[in-house]
Amino acid sequence: MNRQMMKGNEAIAEAAVQAGCRFFFGYPITPQNEIPEYMSRRLVEVGGQFVQAESEVAAINMVYGAAGTGARSMTSSSSPGISLKQEGISYIAGAELPCVIVNIVRGGPGLGSIQPAQSDYYQATRGGGHGDYRMPVYAPASVQEAVELTQRAFDVADKYRTPVMILGDGIIGQMMEPVTMPEYTAPAFDRSWAATGWKEGCGRERAVINSLYIQPDVLEKHVNKLARKYAAISENETMVEELYMDDAEYAVVAYGTTARIALTAVRRAREDGVKVGLIRPVTVWPFPEKAIEDAAGRVKGMLAVEMSLGQMIDDVRLAARDRCPVRFYGRTGGIVPGVREIHAAILNMKEEL
Amino acid sequence: MGKIEFDADQCKGCGLCVAACPRKLIQLSAHINKKGYNAAYCTDIDKCTACAMCYQMCPDCVIRVERGTGA
Amino acid sequence: MAAPAIYARPKFLTDTPFHYCPGCTHGIVHRLIAEVLGEKFEQDEVIGVAPVGCAVFAYNYFNCDMFEAAHGRAPAVATGIKHAQPDKIVFTYQGDGDLASIGMAETVHAAARGENITIIFINNGIYGMTGGQMAPTTLIGEKTSTSPFGRTAAANGNPIHVSEMLATLNGPSLIARVSVHDVKNVLNAKKLIAKAFQNQADGKGFSLIEVLSTCPTNWGKSPLEALQFVSERMIPEYPLGTLKEV
Repeated sequence: MNRQMMKGNEAIAEAAVQAGCRFFFGYPITPQNEIPEYMSRRLVEVGGQFVQAESEVAAINMVYGAAGTGARSMTSSSSPGISLKQEGISYIAGAELPCVIVNIVRGGPGLGSIQPAQSDYYQATRGGGHGDYRMPVYAPASVQEAVELTQRAFDVADKYRTPVMILGDGIIGQMMEPVTMPEYTAPAFDRSWAATGWKEGCGRERAVINSLYIQPDVLEKHVNKLARKYAAISENETMVEELYMDDAEYAVVAYGTTARIALTAVRRAREDGVKVGLIRPVTVWPFPEKAIEDAAGRVKGMLAVEMSLGQMIDDVRLAARDRCPVRFYGRTGGIVPGVREIHAAILNMKEEL
Repeated sequence: MGKIEFDADQCKGCGLCVAACPRKLIQLSAHINKKGYNAAYCTDIDKCTACAMCYQMCPDCVIRVERGTGA
Repeated sequence: MAAPAIYARPKFLTDTPFHYCPGCTHGIVHRLIAEVLGEKFEQDEVIGVAPVGCAVFAYNYFNCDMFEAAHGRAPAVATGIKHAQPDKIVFTYQGDGDLASIGMAETVHAAARGENITIIFINNGIYGMTGGQMAPTTLIGEKTSTSPFGRTAAANGNPIHVSEMLATLNGPSLIARVSVHDVKNVLNAKKLIAKAFQNQADGKGFSLIEVLSTCPTNWGKSPLEALQFVSERMIPEYPLGTLKEV
């Protein structure tokens, strides 16, 4: 496949298939329905399996099952459905299984709206489900990036034995952009932990895919092992993009679709003479703390822009450590902010700080 | 004729085998085993036909029965 | 003269002693499953899924690769496993809360999809592990910790007849209800369990065996009284037999 126009949802699905995903379990919910629909046709072509599950709860548990056998598996949903998956995600993290979960975020809370939003940031980056765990979360800002990050997500999932989330939004899912599918080769991974059938003397221990450790000292040991894994992921897998930051006196911090809109606003502000740059987290967990901390020592102020009441801003403030003020601009309810509003907010920040 | 063995330390004294034996050969011991239960035992091995009905009702695989193996 | 035989702990059970209460029929059913599996399959051909309930530690008892599933989700987990490993014999072992309460949707839909898996459903009409609360299959009149005055339809709803319900679906190849309250029924239960696993091996699709079982501790009965309760009270509500066979 050469360069062609693809809808975000379909591009993510195709990227997964080319990364070796052969098992997809999902349930319809707007605005991500193209993912299960695409998978229901495409997986048959490559000898994979598609199941429309009876609910998002069932789907994440089917992923748990397939992932426990070492197979590359995926599910997708949107905000309310992702809420339903939280128990299952916690189980997958506890059992240390690799898989990819796609959230095409819509307005919330509750049934909310079907329009794009970024109001699942807390849920995605603070684990989301119960217990002491973390989950790598990628936030693509274009369809091309969504493709690349989906494939990377499968590799990171297998490398560390963890669920990984692609945090998109309704715009990423629905819009069509030119895409070049990468030449992808899956790295080799040790999957001797997987449950593929065992008998005495077969060369490995009997597999028990499980997250129950009823003795607290044993569970503590297990959770500390998870903590070391998350430290390694933070060390190795953090991704951030910085634009116009070399001489910046102000920084806009935004991710996903909002970052693209903010970039235009940043360029417009530059034309007005404002030395403003953009810091775009690509992994929202692990959050690029170092980039924020460094910038906070240089700039007069930061402006977090989000399609929410402000969730990522907490992480910006934590990383900035009071070295500079952090302002907020956002829209909620599924409204997408325009360039003009963000531009005005940047100029406001320059006025005040 | 057969051979039956009780792993007394695994027995929970539930009594299902006592009721199951068609010849009423099984009793619960007066002694307490390692688990704190009165373990089952066969009172008269010569009368046991190794029908294995006790084995069938035992929830804990306490009883091993051999029949017609020359034991 | 009976044929020569040895009756001993099956190889499909590990050496780990069961934690179940004295006289609890979980142990009998675990053994029957292990006997059937050992008679039909190699260890590495089988993958099982444990529930949440008293049998949560079933992954320590069955001597093959095992999964622990979230409460009620075992049929979904089994679906994922079976799709990824279609040559394996995949089974779930679930209690009445797991299968008929929180997991009812997973149960019905795995059956309707005709997933080629085997489900062993332990129906003892109560929630054992959590201390004796009412279950979807608790009989009218029975006192439990959450129906302390005795279950009534008005206050607590009606018991659910899972096998009859599932038998209305196209998808299952075998739905049967058995009991383990005496030797004759134990042997018959083994026959149906064997049929259920053979159906999977033959690619016939979904099989579920509902096993009427006891919970002496939470029923407040001795192990033998509990067996009597099954034959005198549970069987009239939940008749034994094959509800569907394709």
